[in-house]
Amino acid sequence: MSTETATRETALAAPRPGRTRTARAGRTLDALIRSIVPVALALAAGALLLLALGRHPIKFYGDIWANGIENGSWQDSAVRMAPFLLIAAGLTVIFRANIWNLGYNGQFLLGAALVSGYGPRLVDDVPLALAMVVLFLLAGAVGALWTVIPAVLKARYGTNEIITTLMMSFIGIDLASILIKGPFHDSTTPLPQTAVLSKMLPNIPGTRIHVGLLVAFGAILVVHYMLTRTSWGLRLQIMGANPRAARHFGIDLTRLIIVAFLVSGFMVGLAAAADILGLQGYIRTGWNPAYGDTIIPFVFLARLNALAVVPFIAFFSVVSTGGDLAAANANLSTNFLLVLVGLILLFMTVIEYLGRRRELGASYLTPGLRQALRGPLVRRRQS
Amino acid sequence: MIVASQVWTQVFWTSVIAGGLLAGVPLMFTALGEAISERAGVLNIGLEGMMLVGAYAGFLGAYYGHSMWVGYAGGIAAGVLASCFMVVLCVWLGLDQIVVGIAITLAGEGITSVLYQSQFSSTQPRLGRITTDPIPLLDRIPVLGKTLNGEFPLFSQPLIVYLGLGLAVVLAWLFRSSNIGLNLRAAGEKPEALDAAGVSVVATRSYAVLATGALAGLGGAYLAIAGTGGFQDFVTQGQGYMAIVIAMLARGRPLGVVVFSLMFGIALSLSGLLQIAGINLSPEVVHMLPFAGIIAALMLFARRAYLPPALALPYVRGAR
Amino acid sequence: MNARNETEAPLVDLVGITKSFPGVLANDSVDLTLRRGEVHCLLGENGAGKSTLIGILSGLIRPDAGTILIEGAETRISSPRAALELGIGTVHQHSALIPALSVLENLMLGDNRKLRLDEAGARGRLAELAGQLGVDVDPDTTAADLSLGHQQQVEIVKALWRGSRVLILDEPTSMLTPQGVAELTKVLGRLKEQGQAVIFITHKLHEALSLADEISILRRGRVAGTIEREALQWRSQEELRAEIVRIMFGDEARAVADLAELQEELDRVEGKARGVAADADIVLELQHASAPEGTELGIEDVSLHLRQGEILGVAGVDGNGQRALAELIGGQRAATAGRVLLYGAPVTQISASGRQKLGLRYATDDRLGEGLVGRLSVGLNLFLKRVGERPFWRHGRIQRAVVDGRAAELVREFDVRTPSVTTRAATLSGGNIQKVLLARELSFGPKVVVFHKPTYGLDVKTTASVRDLIRKLADDGGAALVISTDLDELLEICDRIAVLSRGRLVGVVPNGPGAAEEVGEVMVGGAASAEAA
Repeated sequence: MSTETATRETALAAPRPGRTRTARAGRTLDALIRSIVPVALALAAGALLLLALGRHPIKFYGDIWANGIENGSWQDSAVRMAPFLLIAAGLTVIFRANIWNLGYNGQFLLGAALVSGYGPRLVDDVPLALAMVVLFLLAGAVGALWTVIPAVLKARYGTNEIITTLMMSFIGIDLASILIKGPFHDSTTPLPQTAVLSKMLPNIPGTRIHVGLLVAFGAILVVHYMLTRTSWGLRLQIMGANPRAARHFGIDLTRLIIVAFLVSGFMVGLAAAADILGLQGYIRTGWNPAYGDTIIPFVFLARLNALAVVPFIAFFSVVSTGGDLAAANANLSTNFLLVLVGLILLFMTVIEYLGRRRELGASYLTPGLRQALRGPLVRRRQS
Repeated sequence: MIVASQVWTQVFWTSVIAGGLLAGVPLMFTALGEAISERAGVLNIGLEGMMLVGAYAGFLGAYYGHSMWVGYAGGIAAGVLASCFMVVLCVWLGLDQIVVGIAITLAGEGITSVLYQSQFSSTQPRLGRITTDPIPLLDRIPVLGKTLNGEFPLFSQPLIVYLGLGLAVVLAWLFRSSNIGLNLRAAGEKPEALDAAGVSVVATRSYAVLATGALAGLGGAYLAIAGTGGFQDFVTQGQGYMAIVIAMLARGRPLGVVVFSLMFGIALSLSGLLQIAGINLSPEVVHMLPFAGIIAALMLFARRAYLPPALALPYVRGAR
Repeated sequence: MNARNETEAPLVDLVGITKSFPGVLANDSVDLTLRRGEVHCLLGENGAGKSTLIGILSGLIRPDAGTILIEGAETRISSPRAALELGIGTVHQHSALIPALSVLENLMLGDNRKLRLDEAGARGRLAELAGQLGVDVDPDTTAADLSLGHQQQVEIVKALWRGSRVLILDEPTSMLTPQGVAELTKVLGRLKEQGQAVIFITHKLHEALSLADEISILRRGRVAGTIEREALQWRSQEELRAEIVRIMFGDEARAVADLAELQEELDRVEGKARGVAADADIVLELQHASAPEGTELGIEDVSLHLRQGEILGVAGVDGNGQRALAELIGGQRAATAGRVLLYGAPVTQISASGRQKLGLRYATDDRLGEGLVGRLSVGLNLFLKRVGERPFWRHGRIQRAVVDGRAAELVREFDVRTPSVTTRAATLSGGNIQKVLLARELSFGPKVVVFHKPTYGLDVKTTASVRDLIRKLADDGGAALVISTDLDELLEICDRIAVLSRGRLVGVVPNGPGAAEEVGEVMVGGAASAEAA
């Protein structure tokens, strides 16, 4: 609507103390509700689905808890977090720019193939720390390299990056397979796989968790700082929110798009290095964990906030660690987790819709209900 | 590349055409569907999921119904059902088409795998060979008509393939000279103009998305029934995404979709054929050829792919 | 034409129409009567509720209360389709044609009686309507290739396509050349002869007076006054004007700093030229500059200069290269030929942000589309052209305290009405959004500023203060290039007025008595010669 509203505010009227705090608390609460409700609804819908399949939902979810958290299995979950967090960091960067890098599977597998191919020799020949750094950087560089064509096509011609990244992803998956069968093949076995690493990433003292998790947390912090505190992050946000405005403000879009793609691919490559060097130890053809597919919803749930994604990834790591065993116990395909993740996404969009309806970015509850919920938490505003 | 002499035999060319059609027809159905919804301004990233549920339902129908027609009907029904999510969430409520599309694909991958594993994990049944309907006289033409090695050359295809080709012609006519085609185009180019002309944008887009789901489901069903002869997890292997690319490259024109689908089908089926011909090329190299071809095409003709201006944008009356 | 039957029920009668949007009462019990063969003018400022009323009549918006009587029978207009079936055709302010489709396809759109498009029938109908209106339209041209005047004719044909009885024209002259307006006037005459009822929306008083059979003046969602047919015929122009101005602005008129000036503007009295020394330094110069087309026409071989202290206007119908000119100077669009000089030094190769630093600024007309990022705070929006610069950023890190502090100063200086600097920019009103934009462009040493439609869509008060800012810039030793489609505005504030037509500069007219006519002649002449070429 172009109707001009008669605004009653005066220029910077007397500050109203407490208002911003209330507003901020309300926003945080809303964000929390909007993040957790879709997960809860998806778990509930998943329970119904389990019932329909003749499985016992409480036992299934109980198994997830038992095998993902209890008896030290939380450490296994933590190990899984490392690649997840790195992929989440990479996706957060690119999604902030409102660009869809959906080629993470190819980027990941190519990085993994190169690390598994060169890793076994390198860890034997040079000091472990140096070898690990080199391998991480190598994987990152390959991941970044694999985004160059989509990035340039997008930046120069505006070619739809969904298509190009997906195509590059398919090519990358095939190429990784060719590499594993060819130059990186372990000649001691007829199976199409690489040699097993003799030395892996060291563990954090006192745990079974490798230091790759620390790398991942470091990456999350760096990305968060870049996105929220630096001029680069602001430019990225402007481009994501309104590319025409970015052009008007004199921002070099071509460069920004390419750099954002490179950073995203680099993070995904690091994820591959962390997974191979910390957990897998080798790679065989046909292995494609497609981590990114299941990470995407949590990146959205965290509203593209790199720090907020951590608890979601922790949650999903537990679900995926425990879920593997729980699915086996229930005689279900482990792909049941994909259904859960898909449901989370669907419920998230619905909740978003309800939220948008209430007010731009405010709350999706009816005013009365909102007051009732907030009442005990925040003092009413005095006016 | 060494070209073996066998490449030039009649057997080889019969196999190229037959294999290309077998692999290309699922792509064709799905890409025709995408052409419809893209025209109407809905980018259907969930195509992969719709194909998968179509493949699973098609397999179920053919297996229990003992008829490929029951299978096709099942595939269509499942595709329509999956696209209902897209209709409600994206067209009615105006939610993000890409996010919902990803969700549909993920859920489709998960649910088909779960259902298949829980019903058939131990048996992994195969479907019987399907019947073909050779066109009298034409089926005697070498290469195009004569069946060799039990393949389906052009003039000895299952009836559904002919129906599909006919559908492409009908769609081409509808797009060019019917009010349905005009309405679809308006919904993708400038929905507010369609609304002002007294035609509901929401209804137009809804029907387009449902038609897409039906065609993607049918494509998936054909893949399971005629192509692989059974269901496996992730049986579509990214063909839904390929269909999106085909629709874009063909600029939404149905006959272009047919041609591009056939080309992709041939590329997809080529690895086996080259082995028959004595050329030993790794299947991965052949498998990535179509994708590499698309990238090369996009790099060369970056400006060619045309997308409607209102693609992937929800329509809200009165909002500018 | 005067054979009006007084006893006959009016074609459309609106009674007590009320519609509110969150925070705004857009229509407050509006009554309106339309009769056959009459042009009914709706006059009012932006935001007076005109658009909402049209939306209700054309089925896009549903009223909260009130009744619509058509030929005396109570009717609900539930959708655009219903409106069309009732014989209400609308030509919206923004083109409703689909650029990629041909004229014929655009006209056939929405006719779902038969599956097959009836092309032959449509050609016949077009020939028939074109004959009635006295216009000439090629059915096979793509809509995007039509001039704006022709597009409007097609839209009128489209509105009449299914036999309408009421034709709504929403600000139809805003995009037209004087020539186009003359043609539209003729078309309106034909429509009246055929017994159509026409609603003509405008915010220009002189148009209302010359075209209308009856005038209703909307103000803040209410019908503030009506000038009847008899009054229009018998009372003097001056009297009518004075009365309309009083009704339109009411008590507010007194609040506007200079009512005389407002009167002047409404009366299209030529502005007085301010003194600019003929030998003042040339601060901005374009030498044979060309720029490629974007969504609108590009410019070709444009040469102009701007002296210190000068305000140069650029007149012309929208879409004749204005955007390309502004973006070329601002540095957003690369020149394909020619040069841009700032203080005699070429800046053609310098980026937009580089020019910004040098004091060459561009205040865009697309304020929400590219002028600001709605979801960022007002404070940040004030610095979006200085991202990464000291002292607001150090080593790439934002200095929140510095940004917020300086933003608060700017908000006060430019009188931006906002709850705080952390408020999201999208929540501000249109006038305040423009103030934020101007605060950004007119701070940190502005020297030469391009203003693109600086007062478009603003209320009277903000319009006056924006024009003051432009004058102040020039008086303080800067220079301004004002691109506007509103000739009255240029006449009021500019020293010279250049005319842009089909991407070329077709003439420059010094402001003064008779400038309006001269600019009009240049516009028409330019258009004619371009068409002949």
